[in-house]
Amino acid sequence: MSATPSPLEQAGSPLDIVLVGSADAAKGAGWEEHPPRMGFFTDTSICIGCKACEVACKEWNGVPEDGLDWTGFSHDNTQGLGADSWRHVAFVEQRVPLTGHDPNFQRDTDGFRWLMASDVCKHCTHAACLDVCPTGAIFRTEFGTVVVQDDVCNGCGYCVPACPYGVLNRREDDGGVHKCTLCYDRLGVGEEPACAKACPTDSIQFGVLDELRERADQRLATMHAAGVTEARLYGRDPDDGVGGDGAFFLLLDEPEVYGLPPDPVVTTRDLGRMWRNVGWAALSLVSLGVLSVIGGERS
Amino acid sequence: IVQVENQARVCHSSTVVGLGTSFGRGASSTLPGDLQNSDLIVLEGSNMAEAHPVAFQWVVEAKNRGATIIHVDPHYSRTSALADHFVPLRAGSDIAFLGGIINYVLQSGSDFREYVLAYTNASTIIGEEFSDVDAEGLFSGFDPENRDYDPTSWQYEGAFVAAASGQRDQEGSLRRMGTDGQGQGGEESRGEITRDETLEHPRCVYQILKRHFADYTPEMVERVCGVPQDLFLKVCELFIANSGRERTTAFVHGVGWTQHTIGSQYIRCASILQLLLGNMGRPGGGVMAMRGHASIQGSSDIPTLFDTLMGYIPMPHAHAHEDLQAFLAGDAPKRGFWANMSDYMVSLLKAWWGEVAQSENDFCFDYLPRLTGSHGTYDTVMEQIKGTVKGYFLFGQNPAVGSANNRMQRLGMSKLDWLVVRDFSLIESATWWKDGPEIESGEMRTEDIATEVFFFPAAAHVEKDGTFTNTQRMVQWHHQAVEPQDEQRSELWFMYHLGNMIRERLADSGEERDRPVLDLTWDYPTHGRFVEPIAEAVLAEINGYTADGSYLSSYTELKSDGSTACGCWIYCGAYADGINHTARRTPAREQNWTCSEWAWAWPANRRILYNRASADPDGKPWSERKKLVWWDEDQGKWTGYDVPDFEADKRPDYVPPPDATGPAALAGTDPFIMQADGRGWLFAPAGVADGPLPTHYEPQDSPVPNPMYKRQRNPARQVFVHPNNRYQPDPDTPGAELYPFAVTTYRLTEHFTAGGMTRWTPYLAELQPAFFCEVSPELAALRGLQHGDWATLVSARGVIEAKVMVTDRMTPLQIDGRTVHTIGMPYHWGRNGYTTGDSMNELSAMVCDPSSYIQEVKCLAVDIQPGRRPQGPARTEMMLDYQRRAGITAETGMEV
Amino acid sequence: MSSLASHNGHGDSGHVPPPKGQPGQNPRPDSYYGMSVINPPIWEEREIAGYLFLGGLSGASAILASAAELSGRHRLAGRVELVASGTISLSLLALVKDLGRPERFINMLRVFKPTSPMSVGTWILSTYAPLMFGATASRLSGRLLPLGRAAGLGAGLTGSLVSTYTAALISDTAVPAWHEGHREMPFLFAGSSAMAAGGFGLLLAPRAENSPAWRMAMTGGIVELAVERRLEQRLGTVAETLVSGTGGERLKLAKGLAAGGLTVAGLLGRRNRVAAAAGGAALVAASAFTRFGIFAAGMASSKDPRYTVEPQRARLRQRLRGDA
Ligand SMILES: Nc1nc2c(c(=O)[nH]1)N[C@H]1C(S)=C(S)[C@@H](COP(=O)(O)OP(=O)(O)OC[C@H]3O[C@@H](n4cnc5c(=O)[nH]c(N)nc54)[C@H](O)[C@@H]3O)O[C@H]1N2
Ligand SMILES: Nc1nc2c(c(=O)[nH]1)N[C@H]1C(S)=C(S)[C@@H](COP(=O)(O)OP(=O)(O)OC[C@H]3O[C@@H](n4cnc5c(=O)[nH]c(N)nc54)[C@H](O)[C@@H]3O)O[C@H]1N2
Ligand code: SF4
Ligand code: SF4
Ligand code: SF4
Ligand code: SF4
Ligand code: SF4
Ligand SMILES: [Mo]
Repeated sequence: MSATPSPLEQAGSPLDIVLVGSADAAKGAGWEEHPPRMGFFTDTSICIGCKACEVACKEWNGVPEDGLDWTGFSHDNTQGLGADSWRHVAFVEQRVPLTGHDPNFQRDTDGFRWLMASDVCKHCTHAACLDVCPTGAIFRTEFGTVVVQDDVCNGCGYCVPACPYGVLNRREDDGGVHKCTLCYDRLGVGEEPACAKACPTDSIQFGVLDELRERADQRLATMHAAGVTEARLYGRDPDDGVGGDGAFFLLLDEPEVYGLPPDPVVTTRDLGRMWRNVGWAALSLVSLGVLSVIGGERS
Repeated sequence: IVQVENQARVCHSSTVVGLGTSFGRGASSTLPGDLQNSDLIVLEGSNMAEAHPVAFQWVVEAKNRGATIIHVDPHYSRTSALADHFVPLRAGSDIAFLGGIINYVLQSGSDFREYVLAYTNASTIIGEEFSDVDAEGLFSGFDPENRDYDPTSWQYEGAFVAAASGQRDQEGSLRRMGTDGQGQGGEESRGEITRDETLEHPRCVYQILKRHFADYTPEMVERVCGVPQDLFLKVCELFIANSGRERTTAFVHGVGWTQHTIGSQYIRCASILQLLLGNMGRPGGGVMAMRGHASIQGSSDIPTLFDTLMGYIPMPHAHAHEDLQAFLAGDAPKRGFWANMSDYMVSLLKAWWGEVAQSENDFCFDYLPRLTGSHGTYDTVMEQIKGTVKGYFLFGQNPAVGSANNRMQRLGMSKLDWLVVRDFSLIESATWWKDGPEIESGEMRTEDIATEVFFFPAAAHVEKDGTFTNTQRMVQWHHQAVEPQDEQRSELWFMYHLGNMIRERLADSGEERDRPVLDLTWDYPTHGRFVEPIAEAVLAEINGYTADGSYLSSYTELKSDGSTACGCWIYCGAYADGINHTARRTPAREQNWTCSEWAWAWPANRRILYNRASADPDGKPWSERKKLVWWDEDQGKWTGYDVPDFEADKRPDYVPPPDATGPAALAGTDPFIMQADGRGWLFAPAGVADGPLPTHYEPQDSPVPNPMYKRQRNPARQVFVHPNNRYQPDPDTPGAELYPFAVTTYRLTEHFTAGGMTRWTPYLAELQPAFFCEVSPELAALRGLQHGDWATLVSARGVIEAKVMVTDRMTPLQIDGRTVHTIGMPYHWGRNGYTTGDSMNELSAMVCDPSSYIQEVKCLAVDIQPGRRPQGPARTEMMLDYQRRAGITAETGMEV
Repeated sequence: MSSLASHNGHGDSGHVPPPKGQPGQNPRPDSYYGMSVINPPIWEEREIAGYLFLGGLSGASAILASAAELSGRHRLAGRVELVASGTISLSLLALVKDLGRPERFINMLRVFKPTSPMSVGTWILSTYAPLMFGATASRLSGRLLPLGRAAGLGAGLTGSLVSTYTAALISDTAVPAWHEGHREMPFLFAGSSAMAAGGFGLLLAPRAENSPAWRMAMTGGIVELAVERRLEQRLGTVAETLVSGTGGERLKLAKGLAAGGLTVAGLLGRRNRVAAAAGGAALVAASAFTRFGIFAAGMASSKDPRYTVEPQRARLRQRLRGDA
């Protein structure tokens, strides 16, 4: 067991169980009979930064175009995930000493590499956005994915800062919050998501989460054997702060380099303690009220 | 004057020459899917991950299977990011780089000797009159007056071979031979080829090659290309280690190689290397030309190009070809499948003029227009300016952005009587007369322009049936998905109805000159409320049929007696048995990797060309690992994973009788069946205008002198004299310092070519929303350029502005003791559309490769300064001020 | 196609880009172009920080009102009750206004989710507000007084939750300054609410009835100052947002006002009407600045990726050390 227990292990009281949820995402959400949990394994080591995933997603889901900002952030003019970008390809230009490469081939002693990675909603096992949504607009599908129902969302915006990955946002025009649905409509008819379908190099791999995890482990082993020691899996571990991601990644550098949090935690993991303290604080306030009238007036 | 061109000219025309002369067919020898079998993939002059992302999956697949990937390029792109090794080199220096590898292979004796001996012309002896480039940089036969070569002295000893591609009408040579092209010396001069199988004869190709490339040492490579010697030697070693019986190397190239004043020779250079290493015709080998528009291979095959007819039959010349016989005698070789040119030509004439074409009237050969010289895209512009070309159709082309020297393009169009643009949006080529830069600067006034401009909305590919011929020669049917909206119509519809209208107008004409139009077979069936011609009927005609109307199934069935009609001989079989083979869709998992049941590839559905070479001379695979096609003694025929690119029953030990002609004159060991000698041409005795062997010259506007030869530039290049097409001073001469930096241009995944489609598409525009230039931190510091701010770029042709992207992906190079900075620019922007910006091609010059007439837009020299450019008249003034200070005149950069 | 274009800049992505002029390569190895990791809250400051303050004030005022009522201080009770009603009305307006789709406010009442403080809060508010309005209406109209009194008592009890649940509301996010402070936040908010309600009481109450308000204000103020100090000590790097920038300025002002208010009101408040009013006003203002300060600190901590990454890195390091 690792030094920091997983959310479930941490969850002590029944209240915590209610707050944190079950490791079987779909079952925890009340789907007794359900298909296997589906997800993404995005192998960023073979991403060519073509952004076909971004465009396919927008086409399929009718996500609006959102402006002509030239950022100068390498080839990234999308900047991040949000209401109008459900896939985001990050571009990172780096001067680094490379491992697994012949040093003779480096441009100079500094070395150089260009990382590309397509980011998406993680469809967390313990999804903060879903937990905090006050209207029930966000729900867990039978595939274990996390989807916003546009016709229910009232735009309260609570899910926006709740997500530890900065995935969701509110769209100016319609006041609702939008994010990746893992192409719920396509999954329903046995089609793979639009982004995975469009990805030419299979950097985005869609499938049964358990199988993807296996495949990712193999890929990681291969890469390590080939000397690419900087390769690592991100979001694959079911014991992490969000109970593992439904969409996880193979990265070639620290997560924060790609704009990802290094150790995300579902905020509701601490909600039990919050409620307890709210209770104590409220009680104290009432007591204070009572105490404040005990004793007379100063004359 | 009728001038017909398409963007295959400005795109890959030099590939056709380079590959065609080397191997016999001017098209990619393999398919992207075969790259998965490569042990080494060298991407050079190609930005495959960005321009061909879907095909690039096979490079990724090869990499996952353990192959090594090298990317050689002036700029570090998304392709480089996936490569194992990135080799930065100076734009315009690849012949030195590739020549260096050839030299290394030859000096170390690492060539695949058995292959070289059997399948290339290494042993062939060249005539005595030939002399190789001297210190001057000239081959024998140069004529400074005409700025061209007489290639006769490059011929084989005792024989005359015509090229399968490129400059096939040996006009120049014959003119000087005093025959005035008549009969071209006939069969007599095409005697027997002499060979020295020991490769020791000083005039055998192998020895000539060795001497020619001896100067291309690692030191020289470093001096010319800026590639450090150790890095270069590493690449050489990788080549050698990954070629031979057991392993193969593939070359992938794109327009980083084609668009140079010596572009055809870039492709030749790679071809030579692949022949020496025995990588042609084998799995995981070949030269993969990554082509452009969805069907640009098709527009080379079935060309609207001035110099070729359907299936690469050369266009007849005015002086030489009085009749069909003379034409064939002049342009068709005696041996190999091109010897059957008469079958292809007569069948073509039958397809066009049907019943009217009879042997008595030479099958209407006289109806064909005749060439009087080069009528390439840029010649057309000059003729427009002169006033000889009065009308212009732009069907899906945007020269005001995409062609070199945009100003000249607009100037040409402003001199026309009429201009017809068929496109999806109001592209720059349709609106220059009201909002072009010259209108803004006051140099042109709308009311003064007499050109009548018509704009017709075009139907997109999803709105019409038809085919794409993609980069692997695969003809693929696409079905109409939706009816065209509003006024949008297909090209087929437009041409068909335009043809009908013209024919109606001419119906009563008694003029002889109208016969070709009136006698055309113009009877395509139509359907639907738009009276749309049925595209499949056109395909059927292209495929061809016999007099009794049955469909042909192979070009070997074509006859020159008028009993067959075929619109394009290499496409013969695409509609065999009346079945549309281009619409086949057998999934990949149900067949081997060549996917021969997915659509249809020319020729004869062969996917990997010259695949006879995948077997040794005896017909056995070179190795188990690399087997593809082999001789099956039991069945008495060639068999394997692909359709054999060989006569199926020709035994490997077949030796042609001495008097044999045509295919029968090729031995059972001659895999390059379109070549006159059946061999891969290490040395091209004909076909390439600027020499039988590639030679390094500098680009027209280069920041550095040529350290190899006295001739700075390709002496045979095609130049255009016009005040708006000035060239820049020689490096290291006064004025050159005003244009000190190298420029190269390329594509971004997010946009397409001149932007007519993508700049108007919000989903793509937002991904690359501004025109930018890429500079190294070093150059930024040198010129005070700020990341994210503006920069102004100046050449002798124009002034533009771009956002500055400071990035490590641009590398300053050490060239012969000096630092050369390169500025990289995508060329997708123009003034119209949703994302707008200056067009890169305002800077480039009209100057062309002499074999293919392609322009040089991959390397030039410019100045860059921080800040935005001047507006209005001051913009032109800035360009002229630079010209004046540099002392530029009509003579600058014009030397031969 | 262009009908899809919304032309709202990079509006959709909440990630905040750094200023222009940086080189093409990632300027910082520990972030993606300095952009935020999480999407910062999209809540409007005036509405939501305002609500944190007003809601807290209302809830604590309701307690004070009930207590005053019970102890027979009717004038105090009446005035403080008005404050409670008024502020909760404003609160509700602010909350609805801040919704992206205000017309769908009602969707909150479709579910009750203990995992969503906003859901819980909605139910708290929908219990509290009617009680509060009932009590006030009854008192003002003089009708159904017993019922009104009972309602007032109920409002007092639920008011305690109105004042404190908002701590869970903001802490139950990935906003570093809020989430990292989730232990203290309820007590900070309780203290701050008491301080504000007491302060308002001091401002409005007749001198003869102001002792409860005084006690509440004093206790609340001291608690707020103490908890705020603890937050600053415990939040590590993230605490920077509490002591610098807009958040830091506001909190500094809040601390000053609180200290001043406590001193003035504490020493003179039960003797001098003017001093009571001045001290009370300062305490109300202090509470407001505290809430706006906490809000701003949260926003700042969400925009700079450092505050997301560093604590997480520290946690990872600790875990690694733990493993070893
Ligand atoms: N997304 C996208 N795809 C496209 C197109 C597009 O515009 N956008 N265009 C289509 C068309 S028309 C074509 S022809 C193809 C072209 O596809 P590519 O040939 O890949 O096109 P480019 O990116 O123009 O050029 C290729 C590379 O050549 C490099 N280069 C420039 N000069 C030199 C040189 O002197 N030597 C060497 N070795 N390299 C050099 C450039 O830096 C660039 O990386 O792509 C087709 N596909
Ligand atoms: N500096 C520089 N210049 C270059 C190059 C370079 O690398 N660098 N590359 C060169 C190359 S390889 C090429 S191919 C050229 C390309 O240059 P162009 O061919 O001039 O440019 P495109 O934008 O491809 O023009 C094609 C037009 O066809 C329209 N279109 C598409 N489909 C249809 C259709 O079905 N019917 C009709 N009627 N119109 C249609 C599109 O909207 C578009 O406007 O640019 C060349 N110029
Ligand atoms: S990544 Fe964010 S938006 Fe996606 S499921 Fe997890 S918490 Fe929700
Ligand atoms: S904004 Fe919509 S989806 Fe997000 S928490 Fe509020 S109601 Fe739920
Ligand atoms: S799964 Fe569907 S919704 Fe999600 S990013 Fe991919 S295409 Fe978009
Ligand atoms: S489609 Fe695939 S390769 Fe292209 S950017 Fe997206 S993840 Fe990368
Ligand atoms: S646009 Fe078409 S041809 Fe180009 S990469 Fe994509 S699929 Fe291939
Ligand atoms: Mo092209």
